[in-house]
Amino acid sequence: MATLTTHPDCVPLVSYRFGKGATNIDKYIQLQGYEAARKCLTLGPEAIIAEMKASNLRGRGGAGFPTGLKWSFVPKQSAKPKYVLVNGDESEPATCKDRLIFEHDPHAVIEGTIIAALSVQAKMGFIYLRGEYRYLLQIMEKAVADAYAKGFLGKNIFGSGIDFDVVTQTGAGAYEVGEESALMESLEGKRGIPRIRPPFPAVVGLYGGPTIINNAETIATVPHIFRIGAATYAKLGTERNGGTRLFCLSGHVNRPGVYELPMGYNLKKMIYEVGGGIPSGKKLKAVVPGGSSTPVLTADEIDIGMDFDQVGKAGSMLGSGGVVILDETTCIVEFALRTMKFYRHESCGWCIPCREGTDWLEKSLIRLHAGGAVDKDIDNIRYLAENMLGRTFCPLGDAAAMPTIAFVQKFRREFEDHLNGKGCPYHHAAEPEPALV
Amino acid sequence: MTTLFSPALAARFDKLVTLYPVKRSALVPMLLYAQDEVGCLSDAVIAEVAQRIGISESDVRSVISYYSLLRTHPAGKYNVQVCTNISCMLRGGNEILEHCKKKLGIPNKGVTPDGVFSLEEVECIGACSWAPAAQVNYDFHENLTPDSIDKVLDGYRAKAASGSKK
Repeated sequence: MATLTTHPDCVPLVSYRFGKGATNIDKYIQLQGYEAARKCLTLGPEAIIAEMKASNLRGRGGAGFPTGLKWSFVPKQSAKPKYVLVNGDESEPATCKDRLIFEHDPHAVIEGTIIAALSVQAKMGFIYLRGEYRYLLQIMEKAVADAYAKGFLGKNIFGSGIDFDVVTQTGAGAYEVGEESALMESLEGKRGIPRIRPPFPAVVGLYGGPTIINNAETIATVPHIFRIGAATYAKLGTERNGGTRLFCLSGHVNRPGVYELPMGYNLKKMIYEVGGGIPSGKKLKAVVPGGSSTPVLTADEIDIGMDFDQVGKAGSMLGSGGVVILDETTCIVEFALRTMKFYRHESCGWCIPCREGTDWLEKSLIRLHAGGAVDKDIDNIRYLAENMLGRTFCPLGDAAAMPTIAFVQKFRREFEDHLNGKGCPYHHAAEPEPALV
Repeated sequence: MTTLFSPALAARFDKLVTLYPVKRSALVPMLLYAQDEVGCLSDAVIAEVAQRIGISESDVRSVISYYSLLRTHPAGKYNVQVCTNISCMLRGGNEILEHCKKKLGIPNKGVTPDGVFSLEEVECIGACSWAPAAQVNYDFHENLTPDSIDKVLDGYRAKAASGSKK
């Protein structure tokens, strides 16, 4: 149902089997499937982790932490069982890439999970999809059953004497559960409330055992690293940013879609060449480069390479790969408000700065957008957002605050244009001001 | 035990609680599947799920209230969930929502008097590159226009009239 979009600059690595019928396990095997897992069985844990480190693969969920390093933090000896947890709770607005992986190449997720397990000698893995992706759960469940039937999962996998079980399930609608510690709570049958860290999941994770937790795209990339070799993989990208990633283009762009491009690919080129530019010859106003939580870039800040370090240097984040393109007709205040409405809805309420901060920021932005604000309200918005930063158990508070600060900083003029009863100059229907309780 | 669920679902639940290191891990999937079959998480469903997992009913309720897909009151047979988050908003998601309100004659979170449709404005559903998008129950409908959502809704209405289950 969801398909990959291609462009001559695309490098089909993670998407190598998309559209080739690889949900069928025999087809997957024909396309070099499960060769990486067999290879890793002979390599052993240390060599697997060394290869992962050499690949320069960094977490595709948003934070960009080096995957091999993360795996190396899991202690060799543990009294409690170790686990692998695949985070397919893809919920960051503007992100729709993991969906393609589950739909087209479910066995790559299973194979990546097996390799992660071999690297730390875990005996059980979980693949957790977001609740809205029910049709993908059916695909994943069949793939898991087929892998069991072939002896790739269960007792004595690939005749190696090693046991490994995989359970797959969905959540039930909660952005917060995409956060690693909240995801573990959810998988334990509880409300998705974040845990304090340290200890990190690598030491105390699911059911209290050491846990590898990675984004679904990260895990699905792993077999390809062993298929083509870590050095070759690393070379596809830029320094310290190995490989390719699935970028999701959305918003005001002629050819929205999910494209697999090398890490470090130029953002301007991505919008104008890969995405075909802005519809109806309109001008670009801004770009949100990595999902709704990443600080906005203005039209003259987009001549940058899309890797974690270069986007970081430009003052934003590569995040989840969701690139949102805003043309000149977009009201930044309305966009900031819609973003905040989301975070207010999704705040789990556990930490006061996030629970109260998102609520007050939404109210302030509604009032500002409707024209009911005065000059000092703009500074108040920024002050509120700045006071949420770093003061919560999980990154949701930061995710709400960071883009807000950037909107005010970079588009203050647009905020001012709404003040003192003027309302929205873009003539969008303003939402009614909420009744104060 | 006597059960509210079909024999197939009851058997599925019996297996589900054995899959995880702790029984309680089966709670969220169990609630979803129970809701799919019964329509909502009624008091009786909550009582049975609590008993199957071995936790209190208030524990179950606390989990239900956290997740947006879980509900204690019935939705329409076809629950129309329109995304208005950023990527959909930029491509007309709000207009699709307004169109659905008018077409179905119900507000956000409303249910039609015949119980066929309910309508919900939802947060990002993971269809950003194919925006604007909506889900009807678990089915995705993408690249929507007012005309195409009309056809989608008409299709479901025809299905409801012919008495088909899906």
